[in-house]
Amino acid sequence: MLEINDLSLAVPMQQASVPAVSHVSISMKPGRVMGLVGESGCGKTLTAQSILRLGEHQGITKISGDIQLHGESIFSMSEKQLRKVRGRKIAMIFQEPMTALNPVFSIGSQILEVIGLHLDLSRKDAKLHAIQLLEDVGLQDVEHLLQQYPDALSGGMRQRVLIAMAMSANPDYIIADEPTTALDVSVQKRIIALLRKLQKDKGLGMLLVTHDFGLVAEMCDDVVVMYAGEVVESGAVMDIFDHPAHPYTQALMGCRPEAAQDGQALTVIEGQVPAPGEWPQGCRFAARCPYADADCQQAVVADAWQHGEHIARCVHVRMQEEGQANDGADTAC
Amino acid sequence: MLEVRGLSKTFQSGGLLRQGQSKKAVDDVSFHLQASETLAIVGESGSGKSTTARLAMRLIDSDAGQIFWQGNDVTQVKGRALRLQRHQIQMVFQDPFASLNPRMRIWESVAEGLRVHRPDMNKQQRRDAVADALQQCGLNANIMQRYPHQFSGGQRQRIGIARALIVKPKVLVLDEPVSALDVSVQAQILNLLKELQKTSNLAYLFISHDLSVIQHIADRVLVMFDGKVVEQGNVKDVFSHPQHDYTRELLAARPITHPSQRINL
Repeated sequence: MLEINDLSLAVPMQQASVPAVSHVSISMKPGRVMGLVGESGCGKTLTAQSILRLGEHQGITKISGDIQLHGESIFSMSEKQLRKVRGRKIAMIFQEPMTALNPVFSIGSQILEVIGLHLDLSRKDAKLHAIQLLEDVGLQDVEHLLQQYPDALSGGMRQRVLIAMAMSANPDYIIADEPTTALDVSVQKRIIALLRKLQKDKGLGMLLVTHDFGLVAEMCDDVVVMYAGEVVESGAVMDIFDHPAHPYTQALMGCRPEAAQDGQALTVIEGQVPAPGEWPQGCRFAARCPYADADCQQAVVADAWQHGEHIARCVHVRMQEEGQANDGADTAC
Repeated sequence: MLEVRGLSKTFQSGGLLRQGQSKKAVDDVSFHLQASETLAIVGESGSGKSTTARLAMRLIDSDAGQIFWQGNDVTQVKGRALRLQRHQIQMVFQDPFASLNPRMRIWESVAEGLRVHRPDMNKQQRRDAVADALQQCGLNANIMQRYPHQFSGGQRQRIGIARALIVKPKVLVLDEPVSALDVSVQAQILNLLKELQKTSNLAYLFISHDLSVIQHIADRVLVMFDGKVVEQGNVKDVFSHPQHDYTRELLAARPITHPSQRINL
C-alpha cells in the first residue's frame, strides 16, 4: 500500500511559506489506478511529487501528515534510503516527453544509466534488459534506437522511452503526471493502451495526475478531485461520472465541450481557483458555487456527504438530492 | 470572402552536416471562408495545418496556388497593398504567455497592431481603442498598465484575442487557442469566441487537434494529413459519415467520455 495520510504542504512565497495543500489523504493499492483531477493550481502535482519528496529542493515543506510505503514513512527515510525508493519502488512519468530526455546523450546511454542505478547487472545483461524494456513498450528496431538521440524521435516514441525507463527496475507504483497531454490524439490513444497493458500485466498501482476527464474515463478505477489544495470528492470512477456529488466536480464535467447541447454556450465556472494564501475560511469553492449559502461559511469536513466509498466535501449534496436542508454535517474539521 | 486554390509549400531542411531534404508541408490545398463562419482545420502535428493558415495570411509565400480576398487575387501583392491585406486577417496563438512580450505593458502589446495599421491614430485614440478591445474580450480596461506575468492563462488568452481584434479584422486565425488551457477556462474562451463572432461577424480559421472543441465551435471542417486535404465538409456530416480512412482513424482515436465506453484489454 502507498498511503498519503492527512498531508499538508507549504510552498515558499516572497516572504513566508504559504500552505498549498491541506489535509490530503489518498491511498493507492496495487493493481489499481487512482486518478487525481482538478484545474491547474489545485495542488495535484505538488501532492504527487511529494510522494517521492521531489519538491524539497524548491523549498516545499511538509506541515503535517505522512506518506507511507508498505507501512514505512517516506519522510523518515535518509537520502540513501530514498534513492532506493525512487525509481525502484515508485517510478515517475512526467508530462513533457520533449524535455525529460537529455538531448546530448543517446537513448541507450540514458536507459543504461537508469538500469545501472537500480539493478546490479553486467554490461551485457543490462543491454539485454534495455532491449527487452524498449520492446515491451512497443518500440521497434530497438538495437538501432539505442544509438539514436532524442531529437530523432517523435513525441510518442519519446514518451514510450520514458515509460520504458520508469519500468526498468520493476517498480510497485507509477506516478504519471499528465502522461499524454503533450501528444497527438491518435498517439495519446496508443500510449493510454500501453499504460493500461503494463499496469494490468504487472499489477502496478498507479497515480494518474490529469485535468482530462477523457483520460480518467479511459484508465482510472478510483478518482480523487482536488480543489484549492484539498480533496473535495473521491470515489469509484463510475460513481464520479454517473453521480458527481460536489458542485465543483459537476461544474468541471459540465465545462467539457461534449457536454454542451447543440448550439448552446458552454457551462463555465466563473472566477478562478483562489491562490494559496487566499483561501477563504469555509468551503473554498463557495465563491464560485451556485449552491453556496451561509452554511458554506464554516469549514466543511471531508466527508460531509458520504455514500459508501463515495465522499464529498459539501454540505449541500443531500439538499440537492432530496431538496431538504442538511443536518449537522457542518462542524469544523 | 477568403478563398485559396491549390496552395503548395515545400520546405528545405538540412545544413552543415546533413544532406538537404525537402518536405512538402502543404500540397494542393483549397478552401474558402465566408463572413461569420468557422472553418476548422484538423490533423496531427506536422500535417500542415499551421503552414496552411500562414500561407493564407500571406505570412509566408506559397510555391504554387492562388489566394483571393473578396474576389481579388492577392497572391502576389506587395508593400502597402500587402499591409492592407494582412490587416484583414489577424492571428491568435496557442501559448498566450509566449506570445506576449513580458517586458511590455498590456496596453503596449495590445496597441502594437495599431502602430502598423492605423498610424493616423494619436496616443489617446490608441488607448481608447485598447480599452474597447479589452472590454470586448471581457477584461477590465484598468489592467492596461500591468504586465503579462500578472495574469492567468485564460486572461492572457483574452489579451491575445484583444490584440488581434484591435485592428478590426474580418478573419481571425486561431492556432490551437484553447489547447494550453484548463477545461473550465477553455469553456470561457470558446464562449467568448462564439459571442464575438455573433457581434462582429468575424470569420474564424480554427486550427485544432481536439475534435470535441471543433464539433462545438466549427461549421465546416478541413481534415489534413501529410500536407493534403483528405476530406472537407460540414462538421456534422464529416463527423457522422467520415469518407476517408484517415478521418475515420482520427474519429476512432477520440478520447472516450465515460468509463463504460472503455474497451477491455
